[in-house]
Amino acid sequence: MMPTEVALAIILLPFLSFAIISFIIRPFFNNRPQISGYVTIASIGTSLILSLWALVEVVKAPGHVLTMPDYLWLAIGDTSIHIGVTVDALAAVMLIVVTLVSLLVQIYSQGYMHGDPGYSRYFAFMSLFTGSMLGLVLADNLVFLYLFWEGVGLCSYLLIGFWFHKPEAARAATKAFLVTRLGDFGFLAAILLLYANTGTFDIGELHELALVGTLGGAVLTWAAIGIFSGAVGKSAQFPLHTWLPDAMEGPTPVSALIHAATMVAAGVYLVARMFPMFASSTEAITTVAIIGGFTAIFAATIALVMNDIKRVLAYSTISQLGYMMLGLGAVGVAVASGALDLEHGLMLGVAVGIFHLFNHAFFKALLFLGAGSVNHATGTFDMRLMGGLRKAMPWTYATFLIASLSIAGIWPLAGFWSKEGILAESFHSVPILFALVLITVFLTAFYMFRVVFMTFCGEYRGQSQDSHGLHESPMVMIGPMVLLAILAVVSGWLPISEFLGGESHSFFGALASPMSWASLVLAGLGIFLAYAIYSKKWISAESLRRAFAPIYTLFSRKYWVDELYENFFVMRILIDGLFAAFHRFDDRVIDGLVNGVAGGTVAAGRHIRRVQTGQLQLYGMAIFVGILAIVAVFFIFG
Amino acid sequence: MEIGITIAFWVLAAVIIGAALAVVLLRNIFHAAIFLVLCFFTVAGIFIILSADFLAGAQVLIYVGAIGVLIIFAIMLTRETQRGNPSGRLRLPALIVGLLFLITMVAVVVSTNWNVVAEIPEPTISSLAQALFSKENGFVLAFEIAAVLLLAAIIGAIVLVREK
Amino acid sequence: MAVGLEHFLILSAILFSIGLYGALAKRNAIVILMSVELMLNAVNISLVAFWRYVAPALMTGQVFVIFVMVLAAAEVVVGLAIIISIYRSRETVDVEQIDLMKW
Repeated sequence: MMPTEVALAIILLPFLSFAIISFIIRPFFNNRPQISGYVTIASIGTSLILSLWALVEVVKAPGHVLTMPDYLWLAIGDTSIHIGVTVDALAAVMLIVVTLVSLLVQIYSQGYMHGDPGYSRYFAFMSLFTGSMLGLVLADNLVFLYLFWEGVGLCSYLLIGFWFHKPEAARAATKAFLVTRLGDFGFLAAILLLYANTGTFDIGELHELALVGTLGGAVLTWAAIGIFSGAVGKSAQFPLHTWLPDAMEGPTPVSALIHAATMVAAGVYLVARMFPMFASSTEAITTVAIIGGFTAIFAATIALVMNDIKRVLAYSTISQLGYMMLGLGAVGVAVASGALDLEHGLMLGVAVGIFHLFNHAFFKALLFLGAGSVNHATGTFDMRLMGGLRKAMPWTYATFLIASLSIAGIWPLAGFWSKEGILAESFHSVPILFALVLITVFLTAFYMFRVVFMTFCGEYRGQSQDSHGLHESPMVMIGPMVLLAILAVVSGWLPISEFLGGESHSFFGALASPMSWASLVLAGLGIFLAYAIYSKKWISAESLRRAFAPIYTLFSRKYWVDELYENFFVMRILIDGLFAAFHRFDDRVIDGLVNGVAGGTVAAGRHIRRVQTGQLQLYGMAIFVGILAIVAVFFIFG
Repeated sequence: MEIGITIAFWVLAAVIIGAALAVVLLRNIFHAAIFLVLCFFTVAGIFIILSADFLAGAQVLIYVGAIGVLIIFAIMLTRETQRGNPSGRLRLPALIVGLLFLITMVAVVVSTNWNVVAEIPEPTISSLAQALFSKENGFVLAFEIAAVLLLAAIIGAIVLVREK
Repeated sequence: MAVGLEHFLILSAILFSIGLYGALAKRNAIVILMSVELMLNAVNISLVAFWRYVAPALMTGQVFVIFVMVLAAAEVVVGLAIIISIYRSRETVDVEQIDLMKW
């Protein structure tokens, strides 16, 4: 049996390392910044060990849930908020993902961030982030979940804008914060709506109320949509996706940890955690599925034409998150419509979505770390200036290739298994979206291998260093990458899906279904096409671009969504319209009022002071007039 | 007896009012001062009608003897032959206020039910002395303070007008 | 008709009003002072009348009058001293020209 303190320690250890770095190391030991790295790795490593222990306990526990007591945190009148942790299968899986990927990224960062003047600050923020993410995963009531939700948002801001002296980075950080804030507003509104209607913040109680039907109808739908809007913001789904590509301004390990594996996955986790509520509202869960499916193909089309490795990976992340949302949504639609029974369906949905989250974390983090490794050698992220790196950086090439095969969904690597689940579920409940994501399978394979061929094959096209200067990255960076590559292969073989309550799959039996064949064929087609265009150059990329010029423009301008938001909404409607109106109101009405009072007082004074004539007779007169007035008052009013 | 008092009252009242009007309205200040002294005298007469014999004497001594003389001295010391006794800016409002005040007072006087006592008092000096100086209900303290006040006034006046 | 309290009181009121007019409407400072004396005399008349008709046994009325006379004397002394002092520095006793304390 695992004591609550241990569960709390999992969350608190990274916070402790943040405190140590901020208050002890940075002030006093700033000449030896590598200590910050060691402290962070020690704390997150310990959290990982404790998370593994938690996983073992949960596996042994009946119903895969550890019951933990909760403590009263705040009581105001009738309102009381409790703190507690939930350690169930979902939480245990997420704990492993977060701590493991975070640990590997921290080890990698020691090499990547070596020599950076903000080294200690980096590890402090990374610790803070990891702690907040773990708190988010384990929170058992919405208040604390929201607290840590905002915490990870803050850390994202701090880390995207890590090189704050670069104006693009600062702008990107602000954009990330504001766009996710927009989603968080919906989330907060939903929390308050739920509290107003049910009187509780506790997630377990809310689920029961939703399933029983006490909480239902419009309230439930709006609350679910509000919660989903928070997830849309955090997981960069359409229409709040614009911040993630810009967030690539931050250091690459940050992109790997936060914007690939963990924070953006928080949105998916939120939907999974609140799945019983979603499944009880048809409108809400359909919204989830539609947005997920649409985002998947939308982002994939943009990834086709990006020239910056990290941008391709960013849009790829958006697309894969769309897959996860679709997985949850598809099962939820089936549950809501009655096609699946409730108990089975609730667990299946979580299993499908989170299984892909689990696999995606590993191969996407690896892809980003590989991009960082390439950048470490060439000094750029622009793929047009790369090529032929496979000879100079064999380890990076090998791991990157494995990750690409995994994301493309090639059997028997990890990505195949989880994608299968999503495709199967969406085929049964939302066929239109199924068609879209099937196309996306092709697109994913194509753009991923476009990156592989442009970066690692052919001749080196860059000019910053000649080929002799290009070298492989140090062991401290390669080691985590290798570990992640191993995970990218085997993570699909782990019984995560069954553990979460989903279905098991047989290793070779999966090849028997026509669905698998369809996706494998499409993936292979995508790889082959990329090979043809970018490696063998049988078809010229240039001619294709010219032939499909309008479509190319549409994709490379990212559907003009950024322009729509920034130029139209923000500039014209908000700044020139609403804010200008507020400004005018402030100037004329409020300032006018204040100045008017002052001016009126002065003017009144100027007139009233004429009473002081300095002539005593006037004053005497005033006295007697006053006496007469008092007499008159008494006379009239008795 | 009554008829004598009545005639005396009306005559004296007419003189008082006439003298007061003269004080205020005459252009020559010196003449105004003379009429003021006449007014003081007639007020002493009123006091006698009211059986306040000591007060009548005090009135003549203090007002006519001291204040009247002082005023005449002051007039002589601040002679402004051209100006005289002109009216100020607030002539009309003052007139109105005065009339209103008068009407108010008269209305009050007429409409109040005074508890008039019919007895006629004895000569007042000894009673007055007793009231002023007796140990239990006397006004000795006030008396002494009034003396100090007069002293202060005298000293103040001297300080104000002495040559630097 | 016998003279009663009201007669004396009305006489006092008329005298007071005349003094009031003179105090408020005249420009010569000494005339104002003389008008104030008229007002004080009016008050004295009414005080004695009240003593005579309302409470003749109680000597308080007359005592009050004595003190009013004392104060009137003191006031005239100081007032005239001030007027003379002003006359020395400004060559005028016209109150409308003594308005330094205005706005």
